[in-house]
Formats: sequence, C-alpha cells, structure tokens
Amino acid sequence: MKKSLASLTAKFLVTSTLLVASAAFAQQMAPKDDQLYKAFGQKAGLVALMDDFMVRLLADPRTEPHFKPANQQRVKEQLVEQLCELGGGPCVYKGADMKSSHSNLEIKKSDFHALVEVLQLSMDAKGIPFRKQGEMLALLAPMHRDIITPK
Amino acid sequence: MKTNLVTTLMAASAALFCAGAQADTGKLLLTGGVSSIDGAAGGGLTPWAVIGTHATDDEIGGSAFFTNVGTKDYGLNIVGAAVGFKDRFELSIAQQDLNTRGTGTALGLPGLHLKQTIVGAKARVLGDAILDSDTLMPQVAVGLEYKTLGSTGLDGTLNALGAKRHGLDLYVSATKLFLGNGVLVNGTLRATKANQNGLLGYGATLGGNQDRYSLQPEFSIGYQVSKNLVVGAEYRFMRNKLEKAGSVAGLGNGLRSEDWKDIFIAWAPNKNVSLTLAYVDLGVIVPATTASRKQTGYYLSAQVAF
Repeated sequence: MKKSLASLTAKFLVTSTLLVASAAFAQQMAPKDDQLYKAFGQKAGLVALMDDFMVRLLADPRTEPHFKPANQQRVKEQLVEQLCELGGGPCVYKGADMKSSHSNLEIKKSDFHALVEVLQLSMDAKGIPFRKQGEMLALLAPMHRDIITPK
Repeated sequence: MKTNLVTTLMAASAALFCAGAQADTGKLLLTGGVSSIDGAAGGGLTPWAVIGTHATDDEIGGSAFFTNVGTKDYGLNIVGAAVGFKDRFELSIAQQDLNTRGTGTALGLPGLHLKQTIVGAKARVLGDAILDSDTLMPQVAVGLEYKTLGSTGLDGTLNALGAKRHGLDLYVSATKLFLGNGVLVNGTLRATKANQNGLLGYGATLGGNQDRYSLQPEFSIGYQVSKNLVVGAEYRFMRNKLEKAGSVAGLGNGLRSEDWKDIFIAWAPNKNVSLTLAYVDLGVIVPATTASRKQTGYYLSAQVAF
C-alpha cells in the first residue's frame, strides 16, 4: 500500500515534470508574432539597444578585444537586423551566416557567456522586461554552435 | 583526517581565489546551481547535471558553502567545498553534522552528533542546460557520492540492524533551463543503499532485507523570477529499508523514513555569492524518539563561488 502510494507519487512527479518541460518548450518554440519585436521597442528600440550594447562591449575587458578591431557600425546594424527578424519584426537578416562570419575568430564559451551578460546589462538599461529578455536569449543561444570555436 | 580534507580543499580554493584565478568570465547568474546538502552543485536536496562554479572552457573554479537546517527535533550543519574543471568535471566534499538533541537522549545517547563525510565526483556527459534552447535535449551528468558515517555510540545499533558505516551512491541527472520562460527542470535517479541519506548508515539487512541498491528518483523545478532570483520546489524519494529491520528488532515502525521535500528561494546578489532559504519537510526521522513528528523546518545556505 505504502509502496504503491510512493510509486504513484513517483509517476505523478515524472509525468508532471515532463508536462512542465514540454509545455515550457512548446511555449518557447511557438510561432512568434511580432510581440517580441514590439517589446524591444521596434526598430528604434533595437538601434538604441545596440548603441548601448556596443559601448558596453568595448568597455568590458572580456569582450573588448573581440569588438575593437571590428567594423562596429556594421556589427550594430547587422545585430539590429538579426534581432528584428528573430523578434518577428519586418526585417530580413542579409549578413553572412553565423558560422562563416565567426570562422576566423577564436571564440571560447566564456566569451560567449560574457557577451550574453553584457547584453543582459544593456537590456536592463533599456528597461526590457526580464521575461522578454529570456525569450530573445532563447532565440540567440543556439547560435553558440556556430559561434564558439570547436576544440 | 576528514576535517583535514575539508580544510585542505577550502584552503586550496582560497589560494586559487587569491591567485586571481577566479573564473569570472564564466556562466550566467545562478546557472551553476547552489550547493546541495551532499556538496554537489544542484538544488538544495538533490544534485543537478550542472557543474558547479562559474568555470567554463579552460577555467577552474571553486566554491564553498555553509548550510544550516533546523527541524522540529534535529539540527543539521553542513560545510563543504567544490571545484569545477572546465565545465566538465566537479569534485566536492561535504561534512554533515546532525545534532540529535533530545532524540539522542531518548536513545540513551545524550549529546549524540552523527557526522557524515561525503566525497563527490560528477562529470557532464552531454548537452548544455542553458544554451541548447532550441531543443528539448537536457544537460546530462553522471555522478557518485562516497559517504562515510563517523563512529558514535550508535555503532552497535546500526551494526545490529545490518547497516554499514560507509556507502556509495551513484546517480544520473538531467537538467534543462527553458530560457524563454525561465523554467528550470531537473530529474535525478539515484542508486543508493543509504538510510536517511546515510546519516543512519547504509543498508539494513536485519529481517531479510537484501543488501541491494534501490533506485530513488529526485525532482526539482525552478522559476527565474528575475536575473538573480529563483523560486522552486524539490521532491526526493527516500529509501525506507530501516523500517523493516527496526520492526524485526521490536521497534515497530520506529525507524521509518519518508520522502524529503522543500520549497526554496535562491538569491544571487552577485556572481560570487548566493543565499538559499527553504522550507523543508523531511518526513519522519526515527519516529520512535520523536512521537512521529514530521521533521519540518527551515534550510538556510550560503555559497561563495569564484
């Protein structure tokens, strides 16, 4: 009796854990309208966000070496396009794909994390709600496979 | 000697810190988990697949923690430390000190403290709990915990019940953070012989229990309220072999154990410090001496990591 209660509880917990996981995943992967683009303040908001982002990237000793030699204006424009498209906005990212644009760079996982951290600071500074930040990060994070230099 | 181990590990961690080798480039806030009661990175009661500390890539990170649990009839102090290597391996050590308070007196052992040392190792085998946000694939790790219970006046009783004073737990954990909505889910499956996590020994052969491992599932779920605040709950199934051995020894259900649960809130004011507060329900612990009271109470833990 006690045993069956325990196994019932176990089944319940397994089921609910899987349910929560798949619900969370489904919500995250649901086809997006332009709500995320709007939450980021549309084109003007993204431009302001990337201006702030680049200043911070150049001020942070962890990210500065990667962005100092780059064409910063172009990087900002491409990031605006990319986040606009990811957020469901009326843009098409026309730059190089992530793999080829990072192939000649030496990028470690810690560099990637540092960049995410700086982006979080910029999003905070622009007053983007934490939940919306997470939605955008979830769309950006898988790019780690193409950006981080394989060992 | 065990105390020396902890001291050495902590000193080594401190040395790393002073040498400026801190891994401050690493992971995002709270994504390395906190220190579990057994020392491994995870939730409060259960390990997760994450590798503790902020170390990634070619970095080495260290962490140290102190935890205090107070239930109706028991007090538990835990100190420990962990080292994370390249976000791949983790070594941990924890020392638990259970103050049996009045229950020890009831057993004729006033002042009884049960002290357990746990040496843990964990390896991430696949996945990335955070960055692989476009798949359901979790981060998966395997781990072991070697537990040793110090010698006390309870040795004779444990011996009579067929419980040893050392044991090895093996576990596999899967952890996934759904970045898009800030939900973290962990499932751990533990193969263990431990009674009350080892504080009452390992195995209990009296009364015909076979000295076999049993599989116990453990679950955690968390929700990121903000970048530095997580709330959640855990449920950990506990092996209950000592009840049968106890009843053969004429103690009725006086040695019964029940599942452990908690609800927690974890706060990381910065990358190097995290504080966890929880309400725990550890079920009954030696109900023969506690009038079968549920051991509910608080759990407070502080961790420093670098």
